[in-house]
Amino acid sequence: MKHHDHDHSHDRSFDDGPPSEHEIMSRAMQELLEAKGVITAEQLRRRMEQFDAEFPQRGARVIAHAWVDADFRRRLVADGKRACAEWGIDLEADRLIAVENTALVHNVIVCTLCSCYPRALLGMPPTWYKSENYRRRVVREPRAVLREFGTVIPDDVEVRVHDSNADMRYVVVPMRPAGTDGWSEEQLAAIITRDALVGVTVPKP
Amino acid sequence: MTLPSAYTETRARRFNVGERVRVKLAFPPGHRRTPAYVRGKSGVIERVCGAFANPEELAYGFDGEPKRVLYRVRFRQRELWPDYAGAEGDHLELEIYEHWLEAA
Repeated sequence: MKHHDHDHSHDRSFDDGPPSEHEIMSRAMQELLEAKGVITAEQLRRRMEQFDAEFPQRGARVIAHAWVDADFRRRLVADGKRACAEWGIDLEADRLIAVENTALVHNVIVCTLCSCYPRALLGMPPTWYKSENYRRRVVREPRAVLREFGTVIPDDVEVRVHDSNADMRYVVVPMRPAGTDGWSEEQLAAIITRDALVGVTVPKP
Repeated sequence: MTLPSAYTETRARRFNVGERVRVKLAFPPGHRRTPAYVRGKSGVIERVCGAFANPEELAYGFDGEPKRVLYRVRFRQRELWPDYAGAEGDHLELEIYEHWLEAA
């Protein structure tokens, strides 16, 4: 999605230049769906609010629970979609693969072909995730890209890149950091950032 | 209550977990979900994801039938990039539809 690669607000009123072909198509489709009564402008607005406010919290809650409940963690790794459904989280068309960071493996996620991302779990993808720079480089020099995020992975730990190129979506299960014994799930969720769930950083207490 | 599995039934398939496969070195025109950087490269089946509507057909308004088996394939980074500068043990995984794979 080339028109998403530059760094800017996606609010048209703040944009310079004419809309791209895809923006015009998307707008025309939206107007048609509204005119035909398939969706309403109100539904669309609510959905965008969910993407901004509600969805990004979901990933951290699910992973915090996986940190404290080993059985849930096993279910999440076995079948991410089903495990999320236990929490009332409907991933809709998305199939979810949860990949676990361990002392031996660090996982990081990308979509080289476009910007596939578990939106119902993490909200809208950040701009850098959609950038050509990230997508092109993280598959061939992941350690250099991770270092730019301040994440240094020792050479005896495997870096495993997951290209989200087809029907699966991915979320990283980071390692629970030392110094968080006895923390509540709410406290744990607060240190689980979106970037950690994509695998470019690791949670810190 | 039993919820539907994340994965669709995939009884009839060519490859199993652990088998070595090669991605076809082909450059057909049209919408393909096989990134160029893995074409012609060899890896190992990591998991069977299920059977999914063929995106190469969906992209042009067809129904995507018959469904195609989708695999998770693991590649050594050194296989993908001969000049890879990271650690020897680093890997990359991605999803490849069966019709893009051949036994290696």
